Amino acid sequence: MTATRIGLLAGAVVLLTVPLWVPGDYYVSVCSQILIYAIFALGVDVLIGYGGLVSLGHAGLFGIASYAVAYTLAAGVGHIAAVIVALVLALVGTALFAALSLRVTGIGFIMITLAIGELLWGLAYRWISVTNGDNGISVANRPAPFGISLNPPTHFYYATLVVFALSVFAAWVFIGSPLGASLKGTRDQPRRMNALGYHVWLVRFCACMFSGLLTAIAGILFIYYTQFISPQTLTLTASAEPVLMVISGGSGTLLGPIVGAALVEIVKNIASAYITRWNMLLGAIFVAIVIFMPEGLVPGSRRLVRALLKARAKAPAVAAAAEPNSGEPTP
Amino acid sequence: MRVNRRKFLAGTAAIAGAAAFPMPSIAQGAPLKIGLLTVKTGPLAAGGIQMEGGVVTFLKQRNYTIAGRKVDFISADTGGNPAGAKVKAQELIERDQVDLILGPLASFELLAISEYVAEHKIPMLSLAAAEDITQRKPNPYFVRASATSSQAMKPLADYAAKELKLKKVITIVEDFAFGYEQMGGFQQVFEDDGGRVLKKIWTPIVTPDYTPYLAQLSGVDAVIQGFAGSNPVKFMKQYADQGLKYPVLTGETGGDDAELKSFGDEAIGMISACPYTIDFDNETNKRFIADFEKQVGNWPGFYAAGLYVNCQVVEAALKATGGKTTDKTAFVKAMRAAHLTDTPRGPVRFDDKGNVIGNIFIRKIVKENGKLWQKTLKTYTNIGQFWPFDEKKFLAQPVYSRDYPPLKS
Amino acid sequence: MNLWLLLAINSITFGGLLFLLSAGFSLIFGLMRIPNLTHGSMFMLGAYVGASMVMTFHLPFWIGAAIAALTVAVFGGLIERLLLRRLAGAEQAQVLVTLGISLIVADFCLMVWTGDPISVATPPGLVGGVRFVDLFFPTYRIAIILIACVIGALLWVLLDRTRLGAMIRAGVDDPQMARVVGIRVSRLFTIVFCLGAALAGFGGIMGAPILSVYPGLDNDMLPLALVVVILGGTGSLLGSLVGSFVIGFIYNYGQALFPELAYFVLFLPMVVVLVLRPQGLFGKQAP
Repeated sequence: MTATRIGLLAGAVVLLTVPLWVPGDYYVSVCSQILIYAIFALGVDVLIGYGGLVSLGHAGLFGIASYAVAYTLAAGVGHIAAVIVALVLALVGTALFAALSLRVTGIGFIMITLAIGELLWGLAYRWISVTNGDNGISVANRPAPFGISLNPPTHFYYATLVVFALSVFAAWVFIGSPLGASLKGTRDQPRRMNALGYHVWLVRFCACMFSGLLTAIAGILFIYYTQFISPQTLTLTASAEPVLMVISGGSGTLLGPIVGAALVEIVKNIASAYITRWNMLLGAIFVAIVIFMPEGLVPGSRRLVRALLKARAKAPAVAAAAEPNSGEPTP
Repeated sequence: MRVNRRKFLAGTAAIAGAAAFPMPSIAQGAPLKIGLLTVKTGPLAAGGIQMEGGVVTFLKQRNYTIAGRKVDFISADTGGNPAGAKVKAQELIERDQVDLILGPLASFELLAISEYVAEHKIPMLSLAAAEDITQRKPNPYFVRASATSSQAMKPLADYAAKELKLKKVITIVEDFAFGYEQMGGFQQVFEDDGGRVLKKIWTPIVTPDYTPYLAQLSGVDAVIQGFAGSNPVKFMKQYADQGLKYPVLTGETGGDDAELKSFGDEAIGMISACPYTIDFDNETNKRFIADFEKQVGNWPGFYAAGLYVNCQVVEAALKATGGKTTDKTAFVKAMRAAHLTDTPRGPVRFDDKGNVIGNIFIRKIVKENGKLWQKTLKTYTNIGQFWPFDEKKFLAQPVYSRDYPPLKS
Repeated sequence: MNLWLLLAINSITFGGLLFLLSAGFSLIFGLMRIPNLTHGSMFMLGAYVGASMVMTFHLPFWIGAAIAALTVAVFGGLIERLLLRRLAGAEQAQVLVTLGISLIVADFCLMVWTGDPISVATPPGLVGGVRFVDLFFPTYRIAIILIACVIGALLWVLLDRTRLGAMIRAGVDDPQMARVVGIRVSRLFTIVFCLGAALAGFGGIMGAPILSVYPGLDNDMLPLALVVVILGGTGSLLGSLVGSFVIGFIYNYGQALFPELAYFVLFLPMVVVLVLRPQGLFGKQAP
């Protein structure tokens, strides 16, 4: 318990002091981007990690929120109204998304979310009167809450950090709530949950809505960060990205998606400046994770640390027994 | 004298600013930092590799020194998406503090960063073709030495109507802004010259099989395609496989010289309009082709040539300002005032919105010594983005779109 | 009238191509329950290797195709032996590792073959077309239908009529029992995966004279394979054969009749089918 608290405190200190120790504004912006994708990945993790539902269409929901902000701002509406419209539209979109896709689970769920994502991508291309096609929509200005302009990278970073902290807290509350517990139940024992009188579909639907909410928040931050939205943001690759973040970091944990987001964004934005073949590097990292920590970076590291501590605390003879089951298939 | 003094003050301010950062840079004699936004990974990489090759070829020819200033060249891979373009633009501007930006490749990348780059007053020389960036929404720090989407299509339409005497055509192109703008320009000029566009077919960006569209091509004198990236190669193959024999006309991406090695024999006879042509006969172009081939292993197309010419524009402007880039407004002014005579595409100058005025070549793909090659049929000289239309009238009409100009029924 | 007939024939030929694309995916998913997201990359790798053999080394097309299929089979075997085998049942890790390999393959192809597209010449003997009244059908596309049918038949015979097929089915239905009766299940799985990979690679080079070869081919093709397999019903070869032709028709008539909806022609039917019949058109009731 205390270890968790120390970790939390250390994490908070690190995040709060980012603008002090990173070398320049550019890296502050990259950190903002990491936080935005971490929120997105958290939203996807609610479904993958706790509901056992892998979605390959979340970029569509992310896009709805971004487009809604861009479109309403361009129509001359204020920031607060734009954000509210975006949240409402994205949640309505999520409700439809969930109603269609929750008819199936497993691979069927992956496929139907993929198909819906592709439809939304097509819509972004073709509904030109709203989306301006592939020319996209620009957002002229970031908002200035309490009179503080978010245009400087540092200001934007702190605003993102606040939203990020609230999102993580919300996710923590959701996971710990009875609803979160029953969601885990539907993941592991859907039949038994049903027999126990839980409405499995409704539990999953609520999880989808919460996931959609976090995704929409990330989408809103994203449009204010890049100040531009085009159909490229809704591609299948864009949907696969948060899934990769979640699984590589460790699904079913709160820290995993954050670590995964940091990993992917750092390779994509920073390593790519030094290594031409950065896609290969990213692929190799994923493969390495699967080989050494198939459960993801965060649970994998925890397992390693625990094993190390045990090995040190107890006699070496016991260490062998403490060796956890690795990915070997059980006969 | 006064101007000089003000310039001098601006210079010292820059030194003071630079000194505040822990960087060993002195304004005079400091290297010129050129940033390139290109695409080196993903499906758009072919064009991006051409762009980088064009810049590196130029810099190697100048031994990395332009107008007496050493050049620091930083190439950034956007991955071909707007978010990536934004991050990499930030990297170049905020981290590397470049003096100017070359690129990006795609229109949506350019539109994603245009305002940001203008805010930081960084000159940008791109070949992304989005019309409005030099028309209805001009960016004061922007220079385009390649062409707008429709700049080559308008002379093509003129050639089709007047020289080839074509009367009825169908256009087919990807369903996105670059396609709308290309075909809009073609249609407007072609119909002014008495031709008729019977139908405009738009295909999704990802179209594995064009046959459902090819089945609709009939009763015309020619087919106008405007595909980009790897699509022209696929389209021409499937077009020939379906036994279609109508002449094919296209723009700069549909008949790009960089794809001559990729096309099969089915592309022989295709006529294209382009601001660059590989068979342009001058010493600069010959040296450019030879050096580029050594560097990249392929022939240069208009992406490579566009960036090479961009570098020449930078060189001309640097010479005019005496090697100074600190006053960005003056530097952009010098670039737009550049009047080059000796480039791989012939003489080049700019209009007041930063868009190029120069040659548009109408060429035909032929087979020479067992290889596909371009043969120029006609050169339209001094072609700007407005064609011979009146600029004011042209800007008063809406930007070319899926529905504009409308089909005549 | 002619347009309709032409579209009908095109639908069937495109369906043949789709079956070549999706047969390998269907095989691996149906038997091993592995969503092999490297399938698009294997298709592309086969296309590139084959294209090099045919266009650069001037080998006869069919030898080039065989080399392409073999190369991809070996690649697939390595993936199965070294990676996927430790991940039995771990669906998330399978997704991560197959997408990771896709990234590596795409970047590798870009490194080796640069980004320039390659147009692969139609194999000699299949160039040109058949003229029927005033309609024209490319010979190569007709050949594709035949090849697709032959591959489908061979796979059916292999799985339903041979000892190997019986062992594979036994290994899939109850791996533990299969081991007890002396079937080497692990080797069987490697064989299945190699076969699926070989089919993907073969599909790649067979598609190359139509699709050409270019970076991004992998991501263009993977969703198509998924659509076919999902619509036809997972795990049944007959399903994916029929699914291929159904998609062929939907694609051709959809693009021609509803050009305004071209972007939605493939995925809208998929959503509708999955909502109404989650097990696909020909799948059995979901397990």
